[in-house]
Amino acid sequence: MKTLKELPVGQSAKVLKVHGEGAIRRRIMDMGITKGAEVYVQKMAPFGDPIELIVRGYSLTLRRADADRIEII
Amino acid sequence: MTVRIALVGNPNSGKTTLFNALTGSNQSVGNWPGVTVEKKEGRLQSADALVTDLPGVYSLSPYTPEELITRSYLMEEAPDVILNIIDGTNLERNLYLTTQLLELGIPLVLAINMMDAVERRGDHIHVEKLGRMLGCEVTVMSAMKGEGVEEAAQKAIAIAAQKKLAIPKTCFHGAVEHALAHIEERLLHDRPEQQQRFLAIKLFERDEKVIAMLGLTREDQEHIEYDIKLCELQQEDDAEAIIISARYDYVESVVDACCTRKLKKGISASARIDRLATHRIFAIPIFAAIMMLVYYVSVTLVGGWSAGLVNDGLFGDGIFLFGHGQEAYETATSDYELSLRKSSAFLDAAERSGIEVSAVRTGTATPQEEAAFLLHAAGLHEKTSIYDEEGGLLYEGLVGPDDYLNAKGLEEPVQADYGTFLPGLPVVLGDALERMGTAPWLQGLVLDGIVAGVGSILGFVPQMLVLFFFLALLEACGYMARIAFILDQIFRRFGLSGKSFIPMLISTGCGVPGIMASRTIESPRDRRMTIMTTTFIPCGAKLPLIAMIAGAFFGGAWWVAPSAYFLGIAAVLISGAILKKTRRFAGEESPFVMELPLYHLPAMKNVLRSMWERGWSFIKKAGTVILIASVAIWFTSRFGFVDGSFVLLSEEALSESLLAKFGALLAWIFVPLGFGSWQASMATLLGLLAKEGVVSTMSVLYGVADGGYAVLQAAMTSGAAFSFMTFNLLCAPCFAAIGAIRQEMQSRSWFAFAIAYQTGFAYAVSLCVYQIWRVLHGGGFGIGIVAAVLILVGFLFLLLRRSPTSKKPVQERTESLC
Repeated sequence: MKTLKELPVGQSAKVLKVHGEGAIRRRIMDMGITKGAEVYVQKMAPFGDPIELIVRGYSLTLRRADADRIEII
Repeated sequence: MTVRIALVGNPNSGKTTLFNALTGSNQSVGNWPGVTVEKKEGRLQSADALVTDLPGVYSLSPYTPEELITRSYLMEEAPDVILNIIDGTNLERNLYLTTQLLELGIPLVLAINMMDAVERRGDHIHVEKLGRMLGCEVTVMSAMKGEGVEEAAQKAIAIAAQKKLAIPKTCFHGAVEHALAHIEERLLHDRPEQQQRFLAIKLFERDEKVIAMLGLTREDQEHIEYDIKLCELQQEDDAEAIIISARYDYVESVVDACCTRKLKKGISASARIDRLATHRIFAIPIFAAIMMLVYYVSVTLVGGWSAGLVNDGLFGDGIFLFGHGQEAYETATSDYELSLRKSSAFLDAAERSGIEVSAVRTGTATPQEEAAFLLHAAGLHEKTSIYDEEGGLLYEGLVGPDDYLNAKGLEEPVQADYGTFLPGLPVVLGDALERMGTAPWLQGLVLDGIVAGVGSILGFVPQMLVLFFFLALLEACGYMARIAFILDQIFRRFGLSGKSFIPMLISTGCGVPGIMASRTIESPRDRRMTIMTTTFIPCGAKLPLIAMIAGAFFGGAWWVAPSAYFLGIAAVLISGAILKKTRRFAGEESPFVMELPLYHLPAMKNVLRSMWERGWSFIKKAGTVILIASVAIWFTSRFGFVDGSFVLLSEEALSESLLAKFGALLAWIFVPLGFGSWQASMATLLGLLAKEGVVSTMSVLYGVADGGYAVLQAAMTSGAAFSFMTFNLLCAPCFAAIGAIRQEMQSRSWFAFAIAYQTGFAYAVSLCVYQIWRVLHGGGFGIGIVAAVLILVGFLFLLLRRSPTSKKPVQERTESLC
């Protein structure tokens, strides 16, 4: 399974599925990371975590551990 | 009839700007019951309508307090119309919320904000088509410029009058629609028709709050579960994801049809700023520079100036106009006092050598008596040392009759002789009270209790306002979100948020604005942790204590002050690491899935309003809780029983005060910490009024002014002194800060927990400090060191134990809401 955590800075991918359960997963999806959405990894924070994404035309930040729940193709 | 308008929208969509533009100054700010989320209501200026500003949300899911408040308000209070404000530059995510709002069965007007920015980008939104596709009224505006605001309000009122409902058009997959119809028919037929679709979708998502609200039986649940499972199997996803994906797919299709976007070339200004502001290398220096600027301007520049003005001027003796004459007056005053002290030292010496001095001392001697005295004492010279209040040496040398004669001719310097002097409130009030012939105790109560107590706190107001101004500015322009982004990695290890840095930094000046700055932290868990730990950082008022301990016991050693800061930082980090594993803080880690809004110029009106709201809430505190506490402490420290009667005490007789007796009762508690004397206990108690009071109390009670540091050294060992400092640095802060903690926690139990934790932690650390010092300095092996070792082992256990893996997705606090 390839996840968003592995996607290098400056690359895009399509979301396949958001794994896990509960509030954080719901939040990730509510923010627009749903099946078929295109995500672009904009940059990493100075200490390597969290990461900044561009999704649906805006900037979203999440931790790498949460990015690991997001399966991409 | 009053029309009730609910203002709903994403965070950063311009909701606050719109609310302020609509209601002007007709606002009331409060809190939603049971939570720290702000509730704002205001009346429309142009029509009879009440606008409720609901918290900014991205969705109506049941997870965050904001979402629950918005949801339950809309469901239960049934406002007449929803005014849904959306950011025109970010249609997709904003309209996702709209699809949910449209299902609630409440008339809705969609207000597309930031149209100027949309046009600047060269994009175009086909407004009419959008309205047709969504099935609701649409209006456009630029809230910042005030364009279209009134039209939006009028449209909302008109729609409310027509009771025109939107027809929800979100098209889910066939099987899902079938399941929804089934749920409505089976379980919801007795609910109002317009709410049925929203509830059915929530039941399909297995929303626990809605299931509980509807009181579904197990049988009902099992029945609908079959349909849900079927859909999940078919679409190879779970119910929640099916619904969310379908909404976003629908919104995407609507946006594609209604919005023509110009192809972007180059990068936006916001992205260009972010290239630097969150740059891998430059981010931290830039952040440090911004923080230093904020700190310098508010704490050093304005803080120093205003504290002087307010503490010395308004609530002190008074000030010299433009400072002219200040220095000359101060020099004259200290010269005058030194002369008096030398004279009194000489009289003491004369008395010790058997000369009658009492009449001379009180100034009631007849010329003959005085001449006799001078004759007797003519050749008397004695070596003496005179110290200031903090123990610094003022004079060392001989005192003789000349000093007596010299002092006798002196008059106390009067400010008016040195420049234009504006007397302070206590002076003016004191004169007035004196002229009215009020009792000394009443004068004391008003001047030393009320004016001094509240005044010392109000002195912080100007710098707090400046600080809150900067905070509001950083929040409004979008940088605050970047701070969290940059620092999250470091702070979350200790259960804190990247935004906790700001409260900690501010607390080096004063803990009160520091605690109040924690409001910028969204997650209640991180915010509470920050509130609990931020006053461990030594504030400005604790510096005199550190200076006194360093000077009196460690020969002014360089390492004492840094060790106090190190202790504070270590206390924050250790507490964070310990507390995040406790039951109170356990549970799912707060999500860090956050929008980084575009940078933009903030609306000054909003910034100033936010500054004032925060400042005012503190001023109100100072006028109530802090006032009462100050008066109580003053009363107990200045009254006591002397010879069986209850009287106002002079400064020399403070040992008879109620507070001293109370301190004596408490002294045994501090015996294991090495400072179990009533003086130290009373100083600690008075420290609750203001931490700088610890030093002055110790000085008065031990008579530092006469004996210098030697009296302190005789009363305490250096280990006990360091432990005393440690305890006073870490224990419950002053009343002002305690009041701020109470206010920001919004919960009695959290407030009590915070104060108890701080004091308990201070006790444990001080005990270890003292007992370890004692053993290292040849003290015997006793029960104390056993306790210290046990505490250390306890700390290690709490630090290293695994976090209890309790999986509670919904915070307890929010349960009462839905």
